[in-house]
Order: sequence, then C-alpha cells, then structure tokens
Amino acid sequence: MRLIDYANPTRFLGLSATLLPWLAAVTAITFAVGLYMVFFVAPADYQQGETVKIMYIHVPFAWLSMFCYMTMAASAFGTLVWRHPLADVSAKCAAPIGAAFTFLALATGSLWGKPMWGTWWVWDARLTSVLVLFIMYLGLIALQETIEDPARAAKASAILTLVGVVNIPIIKFSVDWWNTLHQPSSVFRMGGSTIATSMLVPLLVMAVAFTLLFLVFHLMAMRNEILRRRIRAMRMIEAAGAE
Amino acid sequence: MFGNHAGFIFAAYGIAILVIAALFVWIVVDGRSQRRQLADLESRGVRRRSERSADGGTA
Repeated sequence: MRLIDYANPTRFLGLSATLLPWLAAVTAITFAVGLYMVFFVAPADYQQGETVKIMYIHVPFAWLSMFCYMTMAASAFGTLVWRHPLADVSAKCAAPIGAAFTFLALATGSLWGKPMWGTWWVWDARLTSVLVLFIMYLGLIALQETIEDPARAAKASAILTLVGVVNIPIIKFSVDWWNTLHQPSSVFRMGGSTIATSMLVPLLVMAVAFTLLFLVFHLMAMRNEILRRRIRAMRMIEAAGAE
Repeated sequence: MFGNHAGFIFAAYGIAILVIAALFVWIVVDGRSQRRQLADLESRGVRRRSERSADGGTA
C-alpha cells in the first residue's frame, strides 16, 4: 500500500483511531518528563533567575505558531495542486490550533517581557510580525466559516494561506534584519546553540511534547471535520430525497 | 522557590493550561456532537452515496 492510500478519509479514520491512544500516551509521558526537568532539574538563569521557566513554554509556543502555519501551507498546496479532500481538512483543522498557540506565544512572551524588559509590549519587528500571524489565523478561520460550500472555502483559504507564508521568514529573521528588543535566535542559529545544555535539553523535551500535543489535537479535529462533511453530504441526500 | 517574579511564572503556566484545556474540551465536545448527529442520520436510514453503491444501492 502506498503512503497516499492512507489519505483516503475512511482509511484515515481507521488509522487515526488506532494511532491516537498511543500518541496521547507518548505525549503525556513526554510532558511529565519535560515538566519534571523544568521544575526540578533545570537551573535558574544567572541573570533572569527563575523567570527563565517561562522560556520552556514560550519558545515551544512560538515554534508551533510557525509549524502550524507551515502545516497549513503544505496542506493548502495539496488542496490547490492535487485537490485532495484530506488536505483541506488538514488546513482547516490546523488553523484554530495554530491561533491558540500563537495567542499563547504572545501572552507568555508578554508575561516574560514585563519583569525582564519592563514592558508588556513593544512594537518591534518580532512581536509585531507574530501579532500579524495571529491576525492571519483569525482571518483564515473567519474566511473558512464565511463560505458555506467547503470546496469554494478550501480554494479561497488555500490561496490566502499560501500568500501569508511570506510572513514566516519575516518572523524568523526579524531579529536579524531589524534592531529589536526581542533577543536574537539562541537555539537554531549558525554556530550552534548559545543555551547551556542543562536548559537546552528541557527546552527541547518540552518542544517535542507540545509538537506531539499539536499532532493529537490535529488528528482529533480532522476526524471531527471528516464526520462534519459526511453529515453535510447525508443531509443533502436526505433533503434531495424529500423533494 | 520561584523568586520575585513567581506571579508572572504562575500566570504564564496558568494561561497555557487554561487555553490548552479549552481547546481540548472544544475538540472533544465537537467530536461527540458530530458522532451523535451521524448516528441520528444513520438511524433514520440516510446513507452516503459511497455506502449505497457499496451495498448495491439497496439502502
């Protein structure tokens, strides 16, 4: 069986039902390990003190805000090029999850910024471009909900999603291209990470845990959306039969 | 244990738990609602085209 064969909605429902309990269990274990390391192993920062604990959730939320969008962009590409029904389901279901993670990146960043920078918010390039990403998520959700026909909604939101991809490199490189209050990249950068291993390992474990959580939520939401579309089709058949 | 800025740390973790829990509840409630509606349609004998063609169009 080819990998593409698993993209059949019925087969996807069967496969995801088998996969989800295991994925949820691995996610819970990874979170348990990550949170233990954050609260009982990782040291306080020499400058920031214990406030650095916010980093272990803020950074994964920020990564996932972009990861979710790239998942949507890949799905949007699949919608426009192959017109695969699961591609649109994937894009539509990633949007609210991406919006939630982006909101949390902004909120936890603000709660980290106040004690460290002395301000809740500043209109620098990094913060502003992430706010634009959050607004784009809301716009895409609104667009998907506004157009009733799923095929038309899929095409319109796929085009808008792909146009919005331009914001992702702006977010990533904003700290290099402009002078920002936000610190430069310290994990994925040329020359290696500048974070001590004792802090980097818990950070990476938490990032894996949140990525697994995204996968669990995404699979669950995709299953719901497939059922929603089946219900819509069945209601149309029922209405046609009643005429 | 958490220093002078404990309130900020608790607020950050608190809002994260709150939003993630709300997202989880929303997905679970939505799933239950979809399954209930699907079961209702099936109990009324409504079938999808693919199901009808699979069983020879008897439904």
